[in-house]
Amino acid sequence: MTQGVTMSPMRPVEVAERQDEAPSQAGDTVFDIQGLQASYGSNVAVKEVDLEIYRNMITAVIGPSGCGKSTFIRCLNRMNDEVPGFRHEGKILYHGVDLYGDGVEPVEVRRRIGMVFQKANPFPKSIYDNVAWAPRVLGLKKNLDERVEKALQSAALWDDVKDRLKRSALSLSGGQQQRLCIARAIAIEPEALLLDEPASALDPIATQRIEELMHELKRDYTIVIVTHNMQQAARVADRTAFFSLEVDDGSRAGVLVEYDETAKIFTAPSDKRTEDYVTGRFG
Amino acid sequence: MAAVEPTLTLRGDGRVRRRRIANRVAEVLATVAALAAVAVLGIVVWSVAKRGAGALSWGFLTHDLPIPFSGQSGGIAPLIVGSAILVGLAAAIALPVGVCIAVFLEEFARPAVRAGIQLAVDLLNGLPSIIIGVFVFGLLVYGHPQNGWAGSIGLAIVMLPLVTRATQEVLRLVPRSQREGALALGASRWRTVLGITLPSALGGILTGTVLAVARAAGETAPLLFVTSIYGRTIELNPSHALPNLPVQIFIWSESSDPEDHKRAWASALVLILFVLATSLIARLALARFRRRMG
Repeated sequence: MTQGVTMSPMRPVEVAERQDEAPSQAGDTVFDIQGLQASYGSNVAVKEVDLEIYRNMITAVIGPSGCGKSTFIRCLNRMNDEVPGFRHEGKILYHGVDLYGDGVEPVEVRRRIGMVFQKANPFPKSIYDNVAWAPRVLGLKKNLDERVEKALQSAALWDDVKDRLKRSALSLSGGQQQRLCIARAIAIEPEALLLDEPASALDPIATQRIEELMHELKRDYTIVIVTHNMQQAARVADRTAFFSLEVDDGSRAGVLVEYDETAKIFTAPSDKRTEDYVTGRFG
Repeated sequence: MAAVEPTLTLRGDGRVRRRRIANRVAEVLATVAALAAVAVLGIVVWSVAKRGAGALSWGFLTHDLPIPFSGQSGGIAPLIVGSAILVGLAAAIALPVGVCIAVFLEEFARPAVRAGIQLAVDLLNGLPSIIIGVFVFGLLVYGHPQNGWAGSIGLAIVMLPLVTRATQEVLRLVPRSQREGALALGASRWRTVLGITLPSALGGILTGTVLAVARAAGETAPLLFVTSIYGRTIELNPSHALPNLPVQIFIWSESSDPEDHKRAWASALVLILFVLATSLIARLALARFRRRMG
């Protein structure tokens, strides 16, 4: 991918050229989340989130149901704007630019920060048109065939579908559909990919393929994955954030408990709640 | 489980029997009411068919209108052509406007605005068609010759809330995940509607429109003042008054010539068959579409 080298002039921030090897230590900060609190109406879904997400790393978000994992990740590309009653406090800096700042267009945010959802949601169009739709809409019509092929190859789907690009995307298996959604997301060359429980509806073999794919994609993208599956986080993530539910004054809200390198979270967590969760004593 | 008391009886006493009878009566009344609806439709179709079928023939469908009291047989070809033009133009107006209203309500409007416009659409649906006729006459025809455009606009007003409602309903069937998928790719709301939501809903929108066409085809009142003075031959220009089935049925049924009464019945049969057939086909198509959307 030419990602990171050819920048569209619309980008608000200059991004340095990518390194080939993913840094093992914390490198450039892509997302800097400061004191984030997100609520729907009067319901606080998640609060007190402070963390930094680094370039070319896979950051996993784990925690029990209802702890605000999905709400959190949907703040990162302003998908929550679509939910009536959504409000947030705190800041999310993306390369130093406040995602919720004045004049920031959600459309521009989402074009740079792609998202794949829990349930594969291919459009009821052909496989080709699923991948080509967004580039066409965004005016990236040059070498469209090439772009589609590259995206499908990056999503490890090209060999499965190259002979039936005109067939309906709905004819694909669940795992293939999810990889198609990943191809669709990377066809517009985002910088970051948000994956909201991308494998929770898939069988183990399809899940394994998605995880292998994530290791491949890490070279080109910064990945944030929400998962309820701790083993998955342990297998794929460089860093892991553990969210938990905090009950106080009868209201329940998700909070960030601990954020560290994955190995540390799973072997030597510093918070008792994290330890209880990863050892299966709770959740 | 505790052992059953030997004195336990599950047979009802007087009060239980009364409740059972009341329940039974209510059920029968409801069933009768439902059957009455079917019966009314059956009686209407049957009586029109009985009186109109005799006059129906190929010549009746293809000839120009008869000269009154001439003893000529004549036909209703100009009425069929005129009605088709009127309803076609009305659909061409109501379809895009109705779809846009539905898109606004379902995809863009804030809840408060939405409630207001929804109410307006529902009130429009309940507007008596004679009012629409008078309104169109006063606005477009008074002081000018009668013309087909005015008739089409009247019918379009009848169709508009129906098309809007049908479109809203199918837009709601498009899963949220589809819209989110498109938005997450950096598409604007409008591009999402145009590229993803509307194509998914297209089948439902078209069948909803056909239903509205069936409804508008039989409307007389919106046409009565604006396109009721026309010639005996086929008229294709909507700038002139267009012969049409509903108004001619009304004229013939008022006539003192018994031949005209026969013609009125036969024309009514043609209209009823058209309306029944299109409604039925559209409803079947809509049901299939809904199943496909899951």
